[in-house]
Amino acid sequence: MLVFRYDKSFDGLLTAVFDAFNRKSFPEMLIGMNDIEPLFATEIFDVMTDDEKSKRVWSGLKKKLMSVSQNMLAYVWLSEEEGSDMLIFRYVKKVFENEQSVEMNFADDDVLGVRNTAKRVNTEKHRMIEFVRFQKAADNLYFAAISPDTNCLALITSHFRSRFADQQWIIFDTKRSYGFHYNLKTISEVTFENDILFKDGRLDEKLMAEDEKIFQNMWKAYYKSLTIKERINPKLQRQHLPQRYRKYLTELQD
Amino acid sequence: MYPVKEEVIDKLKILAESAKYDVSCASSGTTRKSTPGGIGNTAGWGICHSFTEDGRCVSLLKIMLTNHCIYDCAYCINRRSNDLPRATFSVSELVELTIEFYRRNYIEGLFLSSGVVRNPDYTMERLVAVVRDLRNIHRFNGYIHLKTIPGASEHLVQQAGMYADRMSVNIEISNEENLKMLAPEKDHASVFKPMQFIQQGVLQSREERNKYKYAPRFVPAGQSTQMIVGATSETDKDILFTSASLYGRPSMKRVYYSGYIPVNSYDSRLPALKQPPLVRENRLYQADWLMRFYEFGVDEIVDDKFPMLDQEVDPKLAWALRHPENFPVDINKADYHDILRVPGIGVKSAKLIVVSRRFARLRTTDLKKMGIVLKKAQYFITCNELSAANVNETSPTYVRSLLTQSKVNKKQPHTSQTTLIFPE
Ligand code: SF4
Repeated sequence: MLVFRYDKSFDGLLTAVFDAFNRKSFPEMLIGMNDIEPLFATEIFDVMTDDEKSKRVWSGLKKKLMSVSQNMLAYVWLSEEEGSDMLIFRYVKKVFENEQSVEMNFADDDVLGVRNTAKRVNTEKHRMIEFVRFQKAADNLYFAAISPDTNCLALITSHFRSRFADQQWIIFDTKRSYGFHYNLKTISEVTFENDILFKDGRLDEKLMAEDEKIFQNMWKAYYKSLTIKERINPKLQRQHLPQRYRKYLTELQD
Repeated sequence: MYPVKEEVIDKLKILAESAKYDVSCASSGTTRKSTPGGIGNTAGWGICHSFTEDGRCVSLLKIMLTNHCIYDCAYCINRRSNDLPRATFSVSELVELTIEFYRRNYIEGLFLSSGVVRNPDYTMERLVAVVRDLRNIHRFNGYIHLKTIPGASEHLVQQAGMYADRMSVNIEISNEENLKMLAPEKDHASVFKPMQFIQQGVLQSREERNKYKYAPRFVPAGQSTQMIVGATSETDKDILFTSASLYGRPSMKRVYYSGYIPVNSYDSRLPALKQPPLVRENRLYQADWLMRFYEFGVDEIVDDKFPMLDQEVDPKLAWALRHPENFPVDINKADYHDILRVPGIGVKSAKLIVVSRRFARLRTTDLKKMGIVLKKAQYFITCNELSAANVNETSPTYVRSLLTQSKVNKKQPHTSQTTLIFPE
């Protein structure tokens, strides 16, 4: 079995595609630099990530795919799901090998797989847009913590940039320990040495703006009053608001 | 901004309690771009920020300006004869609350209604003041839904429409006699007149915008209304025919159905219900969906012979069981419109089928892989292979019995067609 080893970056993956077409042999498995080599590997080929090669693959795809389909591939990458790199690899191979477009052939496992995985990322992206809860700090910076299953943070910043163009904000992914800061002009990536400033995603009270606690309490009170007790339906609530997304929701904290 | 007083929390609780029975919470139907120096934008797709314990979407700050009311509508918790805590927001308190909630990404905007104080116009003026301040002073670009006061004058409705994205006037009771019985101060004119004003405004602004691109918009997300279900004697046919005629008007975007919740159980004009009629409400939404997205005419869904929707099965399945002559539908050949009529196949699935079958003939396994649930559909389709005995080879009665067995412990009835998350 032919195995490709690469650095687990998106550019690395596209380089792997380039190399495979170049050597006219295609891997059955992709592994990362530190992964254990599978026993039944007959050859391990080391991919050297090369921006030039990856760019050529990407622009090659641009010629063959609608932009939605190409975006979907990026979404699949951000899913961080097991095997999503191999899925992208197989899809791209199909695209280049077929004269005609395969994009709409949803009876094909890989085409369907790309669509479904991208859909999951897109769903989570929308959920994050909904579930971000900003806390206002004393210096007028609005801070929010998220911990999505997929690496979708970069997909939501443009929404918040246009919506809250006149306020400084940070949205921080506590699972992946990085965030984005908008300073009224540009958005840049940020990391923090430690999380004492926002334990469990909650801003330290000493850092909060004077009225922050009051508005949090108002929001909680409002949320509570909304429920119609004759219609209580925890199952329906769970379906829309899965447990794993609840920890940073102000209205559900005590 | 203004200093926040603790008593605002108490007002908030009271006025949210009073507003929560209005079921609409949609924030979709229009886009509003962010402006330099302004706050916010409107996305165009419904954004729910949270979900309450009853599973309903929280999108807008749904609140009343005051729950004092001079009227005495029997179905309403805020009627003047009820002894309950009353409160009134000042315009500035409500404006501040909206902005502060919005900046924290709690909400998409404001859904404002009010009890009637002094007279309809006095009340309407206060509502207009709130939305005017939000738009003009704070340059707020979030979503605003304004519930019009029944009986308000045309010039006030016209003003409100310059600021609101959506406006609504609730019919509540579709039969005028019944409405007058329960809400003696109201009649259909007090509801349909403001609806008419809104519609005129919408049409007029459309025309002007055809001529001048920058003519102001008027209620760009159109209007909506609500009917209470189960408080009076109307059949589903009465209700759905009212909806159908409302949807025939150019500005009407949504009709909501609200299962009657006995908030005033002491009032003998109202039925004593143990529970709100949630199944009936759900079926009405499904029927409404069929009219708006599935190309069904209202008379195909209910008629004199079947004035009530089937409680046991959804209205699309009920229709299919009444019309076995239209089935089975060949997934690989049939027209999109016929596939759309297959029970259990939604708009997205129908489209997916039509694009995918160009590449290869589809088999049931392909359909399953695409996420199409065949539980109901299997009796109404043929695929590339031998399929389960269809509705004509057996009988509608038999298929019904298969599909209604062991209803206990089932999940929510097919949420894909019924949820209110993205009601647009
Ligand atoms: S006018 Fe409105 S608030 Fe007043 S009692 Fe009737 S429904 Fe309730």
